[in-house]
Amino acid sequence: MLDYLLTEEQKMIRDLARQITDEKIRPVAAEYDKSHKFPWDVMKVMAKADLFGVYIDEKYGGMGGGVFELCLATEEFSKGCAGIAICYSASALGAYPIILHGSEEQKMKYLPAIAKGEKLAAFGLTEPGAGSDASAIATTAEKKGDHYILNGVKHFITNGGDAEIYTIIAMTDKSKGARGASLFVVEKGTPGFSFGKKEEKLGICASSTRELIFDNCKIPKENLIGREGTGFIAAMRTFDMSRPGIGAQAVGIAQGALDEAVKYAKQRKQFGKSISSFQGIQWMLADMATETEAARALVYASAREVNAGVKDVGMHSAMAKLFASDVAMKVTTDAVQVFGGYGYMKEYPAEKYMRDAKITQIYEGTNQIQRNIIGMALIKESAK
Amino acid sequence: MNIIVCIKQVPDTAEVKIDPVTKNLVREGVKSMINPFDMYAIEEGIRLKEKFGGKVVVLTMGPPQADAILREAVSLGCDEAVLVSDRAFAGSDTLATSYTLSKAVEKIKEYDLVICGKQAIDGDTAQVGPGIAAMLDIPQITYVRKIEEIVDGNITAERVTEDGYEVVQTKLPCLLTVVKEINHPRLPSLKGKMKAKSVVIQVWKAADIGAEESRIGLKGSPTWVLNVFTPSPREKGKIFEGEAKEAVDKLVDSLKGLIY
Repeated sequence: MLDYLLTEEQKMIRDLARQITDEKIRPVAAEYDKSHKFPWDVMKVMAKADLFGVYIDEKYGGMGGGVFELCLATEEFSKGCAGIAICYSASALGAYPIILHGSEEQKMKYLPAIAKGEKLAAFGLTEPGAGSDASAIATTAEKKGDHYILNGVKHFITNGGDAEIYTIIAMTDKSKGARGASLFVVEKGTPGFSFGKKEEKLGICASSTRELIFDNCKIPKENLIGREGTGFIAAMRTFDMSRPGIGAQAVGIAQGALDEAVKYAKQRKQFGKSISSFQGIQWMLADMATETEAARALVYASAREVNAGVKDVGMHSAMAKLFASDVAMKVTTDAVQVFGGYGYMKEYPAEKYMRDAKITQIYEGTNQIQRNIIGMALIKESAK
Repeated sequence: MNIIVCIKQVPDTAEVKIDPVTKNLVREGVKSMINPFDMYAIEEGIRLKEKFGGKVVVLTMGPPQADAILREAVSLGCDEAVLVSDRAFAGSDTLATSYTLSKAVEKIKEYDLVICGKQAIDGDTAQVGPGIAAMLDIPQITYVRKIEEIVDGNITAERVTEDGYEVVQTKLPCLLTVVKEINHPRLPSLKGKMKAKSVVIQVWKAADIGAEESRIGLKGSPTWVLNVFTPSPREKGKIFEGEAKEAVDKLVDSLKGLIY
C-alpha cells in the first residue's frame, strides 16, 4: 500500500478499525452472511471504540474528523465484511443531511447519540417508483398546523428497522417536482411509522434492507430539515459527501479479496508447484493490486477534497465511487478465478467478496448515474 | 475505589529464546506485548472503576521500552501509568521484582486493590503477585475467576482450585491475581488511544521508591537458573486392580520401588 501520509489520528482510526475487523468481524462474517441477522454485537464494539463519531464535530460528541476518516474506517471494516461495514456507514448517510442542513437544535438533539453509536441512523429516499429518478418521489408530507403528516412507502432502505433516526425525503408540493421535495427527521416509534418487508439480497447479507411505511405519520414541524423545497438539493449534497464512502467500501472489498487470493495462490499446489509461481496467476494478481491501489488513491483524494471543504465535489466523488466500485467488481471476480473451483464454493471466502462487490456499482446512484454526473459536470465546466 | 494493576511486558512469541550462558530470557529484538493474563487484570480494574468510581493506575517494572505497554493500558481505560525503571533492577528474580513493585505500590500510597494476572507467559512462575502482597503485608486472593461483591471494605471472590472453586472473603486493601474466566478484555477506544499518546508516564528509579540496594536487581535475587527446558508431558497414571487390600499392596510395592 502507498504511503498516504495519514495524520497520527487517522492512523489510529485505521489501526483500531483494522483490529476490530481482525478480531471481531472476520470470525463472524460468514455466519452473518448466512443468518442475515443484524450484527448488533459488532455495532456495539464499534460504538465503544468511538468509531461512530469519527466524522462528527466534537461539539456534538464526535471526534472532529470528516468524510476521509469515515472512509478509513469503512475500508477496514469492508475488508472483513462489507455487509457489516455498510451497517456502520449507512448510519453516516442518515446523519449527513442533519450535519449539512440541520439546525443547531436538530444537531444537538440527534448527532450526539449517533456519534456515540447509541442510535443508528438511516437515509430514506428510494421508493418502488423512484430510484435513479429521485424527482419521482411519491411519498407526501402535508403540513397541518404545527405538524406534517407523512404518507407513502420507501423501500430498499439500509438499516431499515434497526436504525432509530431516519432522514426521509417527501414531497411537500408535488406540483413543483424536484423543487417540491423536503427532508424530515422521523424517529422510530412515531405512530404511523412502521416497517415492511425485509429483503433477501445477493450480497451484504448482514445488513438490513427494508421497507419504511408511513401511514398518516404525524411529526412535529421542527422535524423539517432546512426549508421546504430544499430536500432534493440536500439529498444530492448528501450523496456528494457519501459517495467516497461507497468508494472506500469498494476498495476494502477489493483489498480483502486480493489478500485472500494472494494467500490462496501461495498455498495451492498444481503441477507440483504453488500456483503463485505461474506467471499467469502473478499477472492477474499484479493487475488486481494495481487497480485496487489506483482506486484507493482516487477515493482518498476525493475524500480529502470533501474534508477540505471544497465547494463543488460532485464530479470527483462520482469518479471515486464509479471507479472504485468497478474495480471491486473486477478484482473480486478475478479473485474467484484465482481460487478456481474452490472460489465458487461458499466454504471459501472468495465468492462472498464477489457478491458483496456488486452492490457498490448500484447503490447511492448506479454507476450509469455517476457517469451522468461526471458528463454533466464536464459540459458545465467547458461552458464557463 | 483506587486500583493498581501490575502488568508485565513479555515477548510476543510462543518460542521464547534463552541466553545459553546466563540462562535468562533474551528480550532484545523481540516484539513485545502485554502479558495476556494481565489483560484480564486491566479489564477487571477498569470495570471496577466504572462501577465504583476512582481511578486505575497501571504499574510495570522494566526497561524504558516498557513505556509502550503502559500506553496500551491507558488506551484501554487506565488513568495513570508508572514505569519503575533503573539499571539497578537488571537481573531481578521474582523476589526482587516483588520487592521493587511493592515499594512502588507503597509510593502510590492510596489504593484499595492491587490486581495482577495469574502469571506471566514467559516465566510462568505465578510468584510476583503473591510476593507483592506478602511484602506489603496485605491479604491476597489468587486465581480469582469472579468478584462476587465489594461492600464496606470487604471483598468476596471466587478463586479457582484444582477441583473446583472456593469463595473467599477478606478486607481491603488486598491483592488479587486473576484468571482468564473473569472477563472478556475490551478493545481500545479512539479517545483512549489519543489519551495514551499524550499521557505523561511517571518514571521512578530505585532511589525514588526508596528501594534498598541489597534487595533489588541481581543482588536481591537468590534464584539461580541452572537450566531451562520443557518438561516431558505427564505420563498416564497407573491403575492397580484387584481387591482393595491386594491393590494397595501392589501400590505400596510399586512406591517402594521408586525409592533409590
